[in-house]
Amino acid sequence: MALVEASGLHKTYREGDVSVHAVRGIDFSIESGGFVAFVGPSGSGKSTVLNMIGCLDRATGGKLLVLDTDVAALGRREAADFRGANLGFVFQDFNLIPVLSAAENIEYPLLMVQNWPVAKRRARVAELLEAVGIADRADKRPDQLSGGQKQRVAVARALASKPKLVLADEPTANLDHVTALRIIDLMKAMRDEFGTTFVFSTHDPRIVDAAEEVFHLEDGRIVDGVGGST
Amino acid sequence: MIRVLRLSARNLARYWRRSLLTAGLIVLGMVAVLLFVAVSASFKQIMIGQITDSMLGHLQVHQRGYVASIENLPLNLNMKPEMVARVEALLREMPEVEAVTPRLKFGAMLSDFEETTNIRLNGVVPEREAAAMPLLAGRLLDGEIRNGLLEPGALLLPELLARGMGVQVGDTVVLVATNVDGSVNGRTFLVQGVLDAVTGPGGRDGYLHIDDARALLRMEAPEVNQIAIRLQDPDQTERVARRLEQMLGEIVNPRGQPLLTVHTWDQLTPFANIARMIDLLDLFIRIMLVGIVLIAVMNVMIMSVYERVREIGTIAAIGTPPGRILALFVGEGVLLGVVGTLVGTLVSLGVVRLLNVWSVEFAFGRQEIVLAPALAPGDILWVAAIVVAVAAAASLQPAWKAARMDPNTALRHV
Ligand SMILES: Nc1ncnc2c1ncn2[C@@H]1O[C@H](COP(=O)(O)OP(=O)(O)OP(=O)(O)O)[C@@H](O)[C@H]1O
Ligand SMILES: [Mg+2]
Repeated sequence: MALVEASGLHKTYREGDVSVHAVRGIDFSIESGGFVAFVGPSGSGKSTVLNMIGCLDRATGGKLLVLDTDVAALGRREAADFRGANLGFVFQDFNLIPVLSAAENIEYPLLMVQNWPVAKRRARVAELLEAVGIADRADKRPDQLSGGQKQRVAVARALASKPKLVLADEPTANLDHVTALRIIDLMKAMRDEFGTTFVFSTHDPRIVDAAEEVFHLEDGRIVDGVGGST
Repeated sequence: MIRVLRLSARNLARYWRRSLLTAGLIVLGMVAVLLFVAVSASFKQIMIGQITDSMLGHLQVHQRGYVASIENLPLNLNMKPEMVARVEALLREMPEVEAVTPRLKFGAMLSDFEETTNIRLNGVVPEREAAAMPLLAGRLLDGEIRNGLLEPGALLLPELLARGMGVQVGDTVVLVATNVDGSVNGRTFLVQGVLDAVTGPGGRDGYLHIDDARALLRMEAPEVNQIAIRLQDPDQTERVARRLEQMLGEIVNPRGQPLLTVHTWDQLTPFANIARMIDLLDLFIRIMLVGIVLIAVMNVMIMSVYERVREIGTIAAIGTPPGRILALFVGEGVLLGVVGTLVGTLVSLGVVRLLNVWSVEFAFGRQEIVLAPALAPGDILWVAAIVVAVAAAASLQPAWKAARMDPNTALRHV
């Protein structure tokens, strides 16, 4: 059974009289342990797809199973619990909590979303700081970190509670090319180390090559099916 | 809970200027309220103490109708000796009663052989009056206490009158009074002391021995027209008054109507209205404090939520339960309230201490009052509870808004 299974997935935004068809009936499936990219020009529906997988947005048609759960049926509170338990997020703008240090940002999901005991938390945070290579910046606040360092903290935070799936919407858009490649490499290394499935989106063709599976989106449709390089 | 509060505290510290300003406003409001409460309570207590402990007592018993015409000091509404004896016997049975003083009040003409003026007088049993009115002796400005309060043939004069006529301690004066049948009688008296005038009925009365009063009025039976009662516990005044009224209800006239009335001190002095006014002001200033805290905290929390929409979106996307997001923001408001309360309490205690060291005096009418403001722990707790509760309530709406935010929309917020 695939980790994510979408069939005939639709998303239409209504703004007054105007309907925007962001996603027009797509099918895809993502296997556990995959390193998957959604690629396409601006407005093609990448964020919409990732948001639906991430239970941040609800499909208006079709079926979407994430970890065998029909996510369209989840209520607000259930969706929050589902995200907290199974998903990790990496954002384009890092979105670290400014009053917390790097280590505390990584600890946040363990402390405020799940209730890990302190010893376990410390061990996990130390492990992740090491894994993403910012152990020496552990006590720094986000405003004392570079963009690449921030995104490393963000990746570590997304992995903290050992989710099955990490969703990263344009994780490299705010980074220079070299740093962007490093972050993609880091995510891949994390997939290798922890077995976590990564799904990210990008419109940067240079980092698409890193993905093991690529879905090309255009105008809300997947074009030329499964493609990309390995 | 502690983890939530710690994060709340950090967020407050992030905008420390704003937090400080808000907390400062709460401190200011708190100090204003507590100082007002402390000073007004002290003022009230002193004024009431003066009134009950030097003039009125806590309760007074009169013949029905006497209080209505007390300004005329009538002599035809006296209590007969048997009636007085019954009342005193009843009062002796009441453990709440500390002391009782019978009085014969009347109006007279006072003359120093050059000038003549009107004077209101209390004929009293010296040691009984002194026991029931412990602050009376303290009002003596000139002269001395003798025979418990005053000697037979002696007079305690109110200051204004004595000064106006140029009468000194040791001088001889004449009192001329009209008795109940309208005949006039005069006697000479020695001025034994001069009393400080105080606010309230009876604050400008003279005192003489009750036997002298009766002789002056050519009274055959030892009648009195007022019985003033001092209680062990002033807080029991209402209760004891009701009980006494019930017991005195047995003393009736031939038509079966009760002959005697019981009045509490506050029914006999206009100061009771000032005291009520102070209570009202006290309530108003508390309401203002609620308003200040409400607006200050709500304002800062609305700003705080508005500025942190994306952050709220992030923590919501990560899976933070809405209840915890709510707690995070309410925590900020409550912390502001708690910090404001703590600092406000400390500052208030400090200022009250200073007020006592510097001893704040002021004149109320003719009186010099030295305030002794004090903060009761109950008052502090009460005000602190209000502030913290209002701070929590004020942050509830913004916090609710934060908790209900759709993570996707919030994340998209610019
Ligand atoms: N909340 C929304 N309300 C209305 N329309 C929306 C909303 N979100 C997305 N859309 C529209 O849906 C379409 C797809 O948007 P989406 O953000 O998924 O594209 P994208 O591929 O992520 O683009 P980009 O590369 O610019 O981020 C766009 O036309 C967009 O305007
Ligand atoms: Mg996008």
